Amino acid sequence: MELNGGQALIKSLEMEGVEVMFGLPGGAILPVYDPIIDSPIRHVLVRHEQGAGHMAEGYAHVTGRPGVAMVTSGPGATNIVTPLADAYMDSVPLVVITGQVGTASIGTDAFQEADITGITQSVTKHNFLVTEAADLPRVVREAFHIATTGRPGPVLIDVPKDIVDPTNPRSAMKWYWPSDADVAAGLPGYNPVTIGDPAQIRKAAELILEARKPVLYVGGGVLKARAADALRELAELTDIHVVTTLMARGAFPDDHRLCLGMPGMHGNYTAIMSMQESDLLIALGSRFDDRVTGKVPAFAPDAKIIHVDIDPAELGKVRRPDVGIVGDCRLVIEELVSALRSLLDGGGRSFADRSAWKSRLSGWQEKYPLAYEPPVDGDLLKPQMVLEHLRDSVPEDTILCSGVGQHQMWASQYWRFRHPYTWVNSGGLGTMGFAVPAAIGAKVGRPDRMVWAVDGDGCFQMTAQELVTASAERVPIKVAILNNAYLGMVRQWQEMFYEERYSEVYLSPDLPDYVKWAEAMGCVAFRVESPEEIQPTIDKANEIDDRPVVVDFRTDAAEKVFPMVAAGRSNSEVQVPPFQRDGQS
Amino acid sequence: MSANGEIDEQPIAHHTLSVLVENKAGVLARVVNLFSRRGYNISSLAVAPTDDDRFSRITIVVDVASSPLEQIVKQLDKLINVVRITEHDPRDSVERELLLVTVSVDPSTRTEMLDLAHEVEGRILEDADGRITLSYENDPSKVDVVEERLRPFGIIELQRTGRVALPKLEREASLASDEA
Repeated sequence: MELNGGQALIKSLEMEGVEVMFGLPGGAILPVYDPIIDSPIRHVLVRHEQGAGHMAEGYAHVTGRPGVAMVTSGPGATNIVTPLADAYMDSVPLVVITGQVGTASIGTDAFQEADITGITQSVTKHNFLVTEAADLPRVVREAFHIATTGRPGPVLIDVPKDIVDPTNPRSAMKWYWPSDADVAAGLPGYNPVTIGDPAQIRKAAELILEARKPVLYVGGGVLKARAADALRELAELTDIHVVTTLMARGAFPDDHRLCLGMPGMHGNYTAIMSMQESDLLIALGSRFDDRVTGKVPAFAPDAKIIHVDIDPAELGKVRRPDVGIVGDCRLVIEELVSALRSLLDGGGRSFADRSAWKSRLSGWQEKYPLAYEPPVDGDLLKPQMVLEHLRDSVPEDTILCSGVGQHQMWASQYWRFRHPYTWVNSGGLGTMGFAVPAAIGAKVGRPDRMVWAVDGDGCFQMTAQELVTASAERVPIKVAILNNAYLGMVRQWQEMFYEERYSEVYLSPDLPDYVKWAEAMGCVAFRVESPEEIQPTIDKANEIDDRPVVVDFRTDAAEKVFPMVAAGRSNSEVQVPPFQRDGQS
Repeated sequence: MSANGEIDEQPIAHHTLSVLVENKAGVLARVVNLFSRRGYNISSLAVAPTDDDRFSRITIVVDVASSPLEQIVKQLDKLINVVRITEHDPRDSVERELLLVTVSVDPSTRTEMLDLAHEVEGRILEDADGRITLSYENDPSKVDVVEERLRPFGIIELQRTGRVALPKLEREASLASDEA
């Protein structure tokens, strides 16, 4: 079958099972947009290319399938660099297609030319510059294979115009579809290890039996490996408590008796201290991020480390493991469970006595629960209270997306995640403006679910225009703006670490007028200023299912995120909120 | 490594990495980028296709402590186009480097120069107008010595290839690719 390169590219996406892509056309990518008219693939037309990238991420987070975005050359391509970097940090499988000027013009400073493979080298798992139409099916297959296997990540395919333009003879090609063997032969340097070393798994099982203060330190890799069920089995078999990092919220149910919640800079006291005083951290798909460890030399000083990760470069990157296991988290956890079972049942072994540890944990939980001071009459809304109302008013499988900052931390702290893949946020890169487009992508991927974005007023202003996309594409997401009129997290740091010298953080509560702005973008919009309006407004928002909803919650700028471990300090120096400080141990 | 396991500062040392890569456009840039983004200067680099022209071998000499090197090697191994990485311990490998040098000579130093070339088994490639171009190939440390001995004559131009290395026949110390 004779095809042109543009047709072959779209057909290749169809062969990969792509159902939806997010994008915005332009000069160099025009020829690839023509065959989209005849394709069953749904294309969501965004208003800014960054939105396309974050939508593809949101889609990938909730479906487990790779997100696909397509944009033009030059500024189209550079606008999607931030989502690529975001996806790279958070190991999100993406395939991003960028247009490029014709092969003969590359390197001549042609109109809308950018060296996007050069620019994105350090923020993609891999990228391709395709120079022959005949390479397109092979490159697309390789790109999806690389994006979705091993440690997932974003892959970029740069496509010069001449190889996809039907009026150019260079675009002619004979259609083919590469086999698995072709893909393997084409990637001689790529062979991720998924099966853990049995000897190391046995050593890990021994350490678990001996530990008196063990903690399961669960990261986003557990979700990427679809290992939530395996994790639950391991936790229940061993009766070991679980902390779920920001990227792993939902990997273990928050209402489970063994769940300690989120550790790290804004984790809860028990989660932080359990790791700090642990004698064995079982790190599963987590990477000892600085937001989790605090000052590394002071982190969990007495703990032995079992570290399971599919990326060999994570083992020993920050903390040298006592037992390092390279492999897929789900497969390794399952092997660990059977190794433990044979030691327990067959070998007559048993766990060390951990009763003192358990009472220490419950003592912390009792003494330092997550808490905030209730508002006094006339105060602005407490953001935590808004989140509690929202949490208690939505179906338990609701997908929650967030931007980056105080609202993100409160959302992670105060939500009760009961299911995996119900939390979508930007962890590693900390990309403000992530929430709205990610929520759109999530809702496109899971139209059966309610999708709420919790956003800050600063974040919202970065990507709000994608609500036009949501209205036009009939993607009824809901957005709760926790509007404190500030870049809140920056304000918190200036208050605590810069002697309350507030530099360039004030944004104004009503410039822009969020209600009018949202209405102009085709949304239903509400404003909430008093506590008694919170619940009725949330109820109204939840009833609307034919267009996006935006709620402007006017919140108290003085409210800070606690607990907090100051940057660069030891986790042992965690600060609880002021009203809990008397008698802090 | 300290008592509680975090990565310590270690002394900086010379390391020679041999990196087998796919012979494709842009691969060298990907490899080099992993060093430059961490602020490490590559002190020498040699690249050429292997006997199988689908692959090239990049020989990199870098001055870096062991822990960051271990991380760089693991990151290198993650590059899709990198097939295999070997670290050459100088004691277990044969290393060679080629020097091309043009020196100035006058009637009083000419004989001395030719004697030196003969002694070290360098080859005279050109000899004209009071200038001699010489090639010399040996273990890099011996190339250093010859370079120093040529300096007093007056070096006009000098170019070294950077070292290439292969494991000695009896042993091969291999990193990352073979471990993982």
